[in-house]
Amino acid sequence: MKRSVVITGVGAVTPLGVGAPALHGRWAEGVVGIADGAGVCREFEPQDFLSVKQVRRLDRFSQFALAAAGEAVAQAGWDGELPYDPMRIGCVVATGIGGISTVETNHDALRDRGAERVSPLGVPGYMPNAAAAAVSMRHGLQGEAYGVVSACASGAHALGLAMRSIQYGDADAVVAGGSEATLTEFGFACFNAMQALSPTGESRPFDARRNGFVMGEGAGMLVLEEREAALARGATILAELAGYGSTSDAHHLTAPEPTGLPASRAIELALHDAGAEPSQVAYVNAHGTSTQLNDAAETRALKRALGEAQAMRIPVSSTKSSIGHLLGAAGAVEAVATTLVLQTGVIPPTLGYGVPDPELDLDYVPGEARPLVAANGGPPVAISNSFAFGGHNVCLVLRAAPAS
Amino acid sequence: MATVTTEQVQGRVVEALASFGPDADEITREASFEELDIDSLDLVELAQIVEDEYGVVLKGEDMKELKTVGEAVDLIVSRAG
Repeated sequence: MKRSVVITGVGAVTPLGVGAPALHGRWAEGVVGIADGAGVCREFEPQDFLSVKQVRRLDRFSQFALAAAGEAVAQAGWDGELPYDPMRIGCVVATGIGGISTVETNHDALRDRGAERVSPLGVPGYMPNAAAAAVSMRHGLQGEAYGVVSACASGAHALGLAMRSIQYGDADAVVAGGSEATLTEFGFACFNAMQALSPTGESRPFDARRNGFVMGEGAGMLVLEEREAALARGATILAELAGYGSTSDAHHLTAPEPTGLPASRAIELALHDAGAEPSQVAYVNAHGTSTQLNDAAETRALKRALGEAQAMRIPVSSTKSSIGHLLGAAGAVEAVATTLVLQTGVIPPTLGYGVPDPELDLDYVPGEARPLVAANGGPPVAISNSFAFGGHNVCLVLRAAPAS
Repeated sequence: MATVTTEQVQGRVVEALASFGPDADEITREASFEELDIDSLDLVELAQIVEDEYGVVLKGEDMKELKTVGEAVDLIVSRAG
């Protein structure tokens, strides 16, 4: 029998503010964290979380991860003292891109002042595992630690792999999530060149007027623990991370496979992993990027995986309508949001949704937040989807903690 | 190049080290890099600043021998002289 994995702490740094409650609460209130075509973490002040030395040594993406991990670990009640053998606590932190601003700064130095002026802090700053290294060092986590890269599915992959290592028995707990900080001139230029970004700077997932995604930055981190160990130490369980499924399109560098078949298989695998039926799903946190192709393929994938009738019943909303697309952090930030949907019973809406696309006919939770309604008995089950450039599909299934 | 004084070099070294993290008032001549939490990566950055300021090239083997702020200042002054 599989060991069960529970979520005992969540943390987030997002364009809606610092902290997981700001993410879910402000999104539910209808606040849009996007301004001037970007989701910037304006309220994040690195000095609030880090020493001078750490600020200098850490790229912005690692700074976000440390702040979010600190929040999650504090909520889990670890309070500076680890509840398990440190060598049995892992750390998995995803990023889609890594420390791009550190690359840019050092490339400027190379071009303008020569190879001898490239900083020794360049590589340790921009390496994609820098955030995992920083979090493991800050909290003394000596189990398996690494970064994960799969573009916009990275954060979800990190959680899925972290969950597996607890299920399998390699770890008793893992601090896991994702982080991204790509809002540089170069970052915008590259995504603009792909014509992936909304030219009007609006994130309107599933709406007929959707015209591309809005890039955002931030991090989401979660504390995952083996259920029996968490219960034994008296931890408060926020939700269960119950299922993980992942497939690839093997279709195109950037466009999703149009039928949604591989993505639907990821959803089916995750539900099976969780021992859950489509009839028990009470909420879908969509990948919902606000691009023409993603939102159409995701709608088809949900119908394939859940069945037309169940897919039409279940409320589907996109966090990206509020904060934009956080790329490699998105899956983790959205898992934090989904955890809080299950914990608080409040489903935030898909903001900016007003003109239905005749092809996209699910319940995208337009307008206002609404209460989560358990389906078909038992604790509510939620799905969080992540689909990536490169064709990587990840689905996470979360289950509400039983009422205590 | 004009001769630099120990005071000038010390001032610049303290300023550079303080920007790496430690409080400026802890950075005395006697302070060791270890107690200031200044590691090999910081010392490479210090060497880059020193070369820009004084034209003194400090190699890895030079830096390895340095244990205190004063030793670094004296080495830079002697090479710049």
